[in-house]
Amino acid sequence: MAKLGETMEKHHKKCDEDFAAAEEAAHKGDWDACAKAYTKFRDEVLAHFSVEEDILFPPLEERSGITSGGPPQMMREEHEQMRPLLQQMDNALEQKNAGNFTATGETLLVMMQQHNMKEENILYPMIDHHLGDDRDITARAEAGLNG
Amino acid sequence: MQPGLSFEQAPPISVPYRFFLTAPLFGIAAGLFLLWQGPAAIASRWSPLSLALTHLLAVGFMLMAMCGAMLQVLPVAAGANIWRPLLVTRLTHAGLTLGTLLLVAGFLAEWPLLFKLAVAFLTVSLLFFALAVLLALLRTPAVGPTIVSLRIAVVGLFVTVILGATLATAFGWHLSLPLTHLTHVHAAWGLGGWSLLLVAGVGYFVVPMFQLTPSYPAWLSRSYAWALFCLLLAWSLAWLPDPRPQALQTLLACLAALLPLAFAVVTLRLQGRRRRKMVEPTLLFWRLGAGSLIAAMAVLLLQQLLPAVDAYVGTPFVIGTLLIVGVFMPLISGMLYKIMPFLNWLHLQKTGKPGLVVPNIRDMIPEARMFMQFRLHLAALVLLLAAVALPVLVYPAGLALAASCLWLERNLVTGTRNFIRFGEELKAAVARERQPERPAAA
Repeated sequence: MAKLGETMEKHHKKCDEDFAAAEEAAHKGDWDACAKAYTKFRDEVLAHFSVEEDILFPPLEERSGITSGGPPQMMREEHEQMRPLLQQMDNALEQKNAGNFTATGETLLVMMQQHNMKEENILYPMIDHHLGDDRDITARAEAGLNG
Repeated sequence: MQPGLSFEQAPPISVPYRFFLTAPLFGIAAGLFLLWQGPAAIASRWSPLSLALTHLLAVGFMLMAMCGAMLQVLPVAAGANIWRPLLVTRLTHAGLTLGTLLLVAGFLAEWPLLFKLAVAFLTVSLLFFALAVLLALLRTPAVGPTIVSLRIAVVGLFVTVILGATLATAFGWHLSLPLTHLTHVHAAWGLGGWSLLLVAGVGYFVVPMFQLTPSYPAWLSRSYAWALFCLLLAWSLAWLPDPRPQALQTLLACLAALLPLAFAVVTLRLQGRRRRKMVEPTLLFWRLGAGSLIAAMAVLLLQQLLPAVDAYVGTPFVIGTLLIVGVFMPLISGMLYKIMPFLNWLHLQKTGKPGLVVPNIRDMIPEARMFMQFRLHLAALVLLLAAVALPVLVYPAGLALAASCLWLERNLVTGTRNFIRFGEELKAAVARERQPERPAAA
């Protein structure tokens, strides 16, 4: 079984791939391809948020003793900053507005990438340290990402 | 070590913006300086005029922007919280601004008192900055090649500042020191040990992040910073023995030059494999930077290996121009065009409330104006390089450099004004929603 942090990091890359495909399609005006790639991207991102918030963060906070104001709380707050951007992209897709779609997309991309970097360099090593041996959590996280 | 786990949000937006808005002013000054002094400004690497010009760009523009970006990026992206950030910010910004002006005035007037004052301002502020940043970088729980690279880069900054202070002290108090050797070592650490390692540390995460390229290969990102640091150190120490081991020093210099060359080639190849196909200003600035880095290192290798290139008076000027105007200024411009719109957005969406749409990052600085600055900067670089062979071109080169920096300043001012304007609009919208519904007027 792969390490948890590695699994989560790979999932970031998967989200990136679908984001790029959606953006490229919007740029070309191919709205069918865009809708397909974007929907996949959005569902992946939301599943990723859920796995972290529901499966990983609560036991991490419990076992590490980190409570309010720690990295998991910061990551939750950043998830909340990204959700409205996804909604704005939903709207832009519905209106087939390529300008709004790619501009909001770029905003989300930068937000998401700096968020991912913090997770990959700080949070995931912590997760591997505290939860790495827990096969149940690992299996539930993998199921959540692939669900 | 149990990681220090506070994870503060971004520092106040005024922390980085004061640096970002000041840096291009020194670039404009450098362009005007070229117009004022003409070919004399670039006649010899060792003339006070060319040292003044170099420091306007290397300290006034580059270091100013780099310090501002570090104070911003470390807490946000690396979880490295800086001790008393506002104090560090004020001291660094004031020390750099006044120190650069005094140092440049010292070179022009050749008046010892100015060097003494410049040493005081620059040394105190920069050592304080480097110490605060190094402590933050050592205490962060973050791992990865970026953090390692940045830690080593800050050590490089320490070395640069101490050597620079030694040189200025020698000018201020008329000490007899091996000034030529010290200057070589000071420049190598400033451009290589600090600036290039900072670029690498930043590049490891921003190149994949903005263009969605594959990551830098581990063989490069794991060894680059350490290898460059050790080679620079060995090369620097090779100046000490008498007689100097010249063959060994040449070998060390060549090996050191191959590393940034490899970094630049890998960067261009990664960008060639990017998932995002759109051409945007930051991509162009990075390509120009990587291309100039390859050219600079190629000339450096030729200088080491061919006596004729080494003897040519224009060689140091070509290398310096390629690095400062070709690599660092474009990379800084490209990064500022990403950092400022994102910071605007990040701070604005805290002003608003759920349901209110915050302007996105493309609304902050018009992209067409960033492309315009890129073209002006490219013209400045080409003209400056051509001026080595044809000195009269220093006039259009100076004009283009001033114009590029003026455009950069204008774009950053636009970004700052948009931040203020959008902030006021959001606050007004929030206030309107809070007011109780009034009955419609009859």
